[in-house]
Amino acid sequence: MRFADLLGFAWQVVLGYRSRTLLILLAMGIGVAAVVTVTSLGEGARLYVVRQFGSLGANLVIVLPGRSETSGSMPGVLIGKTPRDLTIDDALALKRSHAIRRFAPLIVGAGDVRSGARRRETPVLGSTAELMDIRSMELASGRFLPAGDPRHSQPVCVIGTKVANELFGTRQALGDWIRIGDRRFRIIGILAAQGESLGFNTDEIVVVPLAAAQALFNTESLFRILVEAKSRDQILDAKADVEEIIRLRHEGEKDITVITQDAVLATFDRILRALTLTVGGIAAISLAVAGILIMNVMLIAVTQRKREIGLLKALGATGRQIQMAFFTEAALLALGGAAVGVAAGEFGNSIISQVYPAIPFEAPWWALVAAPVTAILTGISFTVAPARRAAMLDPVQALSRR
Amino acid sequence: MIRLTGIERTFTVGGEQVHALRAVTLEIAQGESLSIMGPSGSGKSTLLNIIGLLDRPNAGTYELDRRDVTGLTDDELARVRREKIGFVFQFFHLVPRLTAAQNIELPMVLSGIDPAERARRVEQLLAEYGLTERSGHRPDQLSGGQCQRVAIARAMSMRPGVILADEPTGNLDRHTGQEVMGVLERLHQNGGTVVVVTHDPEIGARSHRRLRMIDGAVASDEKG
Repeated sequence: MRFADLLGFAWQVVLGYRSRTLLILLAMGIGVAAVVTVTSLGEGARLYVVRQFGSLGANLVIVLPGRSETSGSMPGVLIGKTPRDLTIDDALALKRSHAIRRFAPLIVGAGDVRSGARRRETPVLGSTAELMDIRSMELASGRFLPAGDPRHSQPVCVIGTKVANELFGTRQALGDWIRIGDRRFRIIGILAAQGESLGFNTDEIVVVPLAAAQALFNTESLFRILVEAKSRDQILDAKADVEEIIRLRHEGEKDITVITQDAVLATFDRILRALTLTVGGIAAISLAVAGILIMNVMLIAVTQRKREIGLLKALGATGRQIQMAFFTEAALLALGGAAVGVAAGEFGNSIISQVYPAIPFEAPWWALVAAPVTAILTGISFTVAPARRAAMLDPVQALSRR
Repeated sequence: MIRLTGIERTFTVGGEQVHALRAVTLEIAQGESLSIMGPSGSGKSTLLNIIGLLDRPNAGTYELDRRDVTGLTDDELARVRREKIGFVFQFFHLVPRLTAAQNIELPMVLSGIDPAERARRVEQLLAEYGLTERSGHRPDQLSGGQCQRVAIARAMSMRPGVILADEPTGNLDRHTGQEVMGVLERLHQNGGTVVVVTHDPEIGARSHRRLRMIDGAVASDEKG
């Protein structure tokens, strides 16, 4: 029997039993769509996290006050009080390292920002001119904080676009003054709209010089020091340098935590990838269920089409030909179901993407390959038993009963 | 040429041995027209199934065209059936989802004949059996007589030497039955071996050679 004829014969069967075909397409489709959508969710989450870290800036090393014994927790945040604060002098001492290109000390607080009668509560970042390059910030207009000694400051600030809109509306914000707490700052720059970046929405922040923030929040200690290594290869050197310099300054005690972006990123990447695989595997169970449905339907088909099978044998079909006919039928159904499923999954993805445009929902290529292949393999392997049964039918008995 | 020697066939029904065929010895020459008659349960259908290689005897030998086919495997039997034997059934046994033309084509599809050659033969057969206008119709759109003509055309598509018909008129009215018998007789006149199982004496009497079976044995064998 020619392959084209085998396909044609199976195609006739698929068309001949419409409701049955639709049922299998539905079951297979749901299974494949589940795998495609669920893995897209996982992959989307992974890509989202990876991009968030990427938006932090390249070759980043983050220095936190406090020492964590177990990795994964946020020292300083959870413990509340740390043995020794990070200070501006600690930060300035980092200049000694040759592995470090630049660094930006950081203080974070919430400020009551006012312009005339309008007011709003926003996160206020105290930092230096280097912050802009380290965090890859972009300006919509004006300029960023002036360079200079971080211990002295001018009363200037840079604000996010959303803050500008809410406080000034259509009025020109650049050059105007705002009040944070009891201090006045002149607006010298407006940040470009960049959106969320690891915890901070740059559209909603106000950046002031470090010394001003210290006065504003009445604190000496730094929240973080963001350090940029000279190159990717020097990230580990920079990390070692930071640890050594601060340890010497803190009387030999290692009371800081240094996080490299690479390490965190790799960890998140691993966790989220494993998660995607796991939920994808769970979704694949529905494929097995669809396979069992195919087996059921095929067993019924063998009983239903008993006379036809008997006839084919009388006309000279070998057992192998009859088995092949059933396998081709199952493969066609599974293939159709897989196509329906991939289409439905992609359609679902596009809908979710509309709802959450920030997260890049996209089915990973391996899921797009694995789901249909699994569908076809389960379809065929669950047809082995029915096909054998058909091939073993006794033609005399199959033909005798009406 | 068909030669059966000492064919025995027993079935076990409810723990009891039933002799469907007892020591049947029979020779059918190429081009002969034979009818097998007898009461129901006399073993005439079993004999036809054994001649058609759908069933195997428990004892005895079967030679088809001088080749012993008694010990062949299922797949070898399928190939012999495909090449040498055409079946016509009481209930037509057409595939309901296929058109008349596709039903006629089926045996040639199974044996992997070239599509162009298949189309040529199907067209020829449709014309020969007066079905050209019905080629695109499905069995449920055809009359009983047309269905049986499609079935005969299908049986002839591989140009077999032997046509086996099991009650070919059993499901047709008298007139259509006569018509179908006319078609089978034409096959015989063109040199084919035609074996018809029937319980209708009128149909049986039309054959050149008439076999009567009783209790699984050949009771009489008349010629002329």
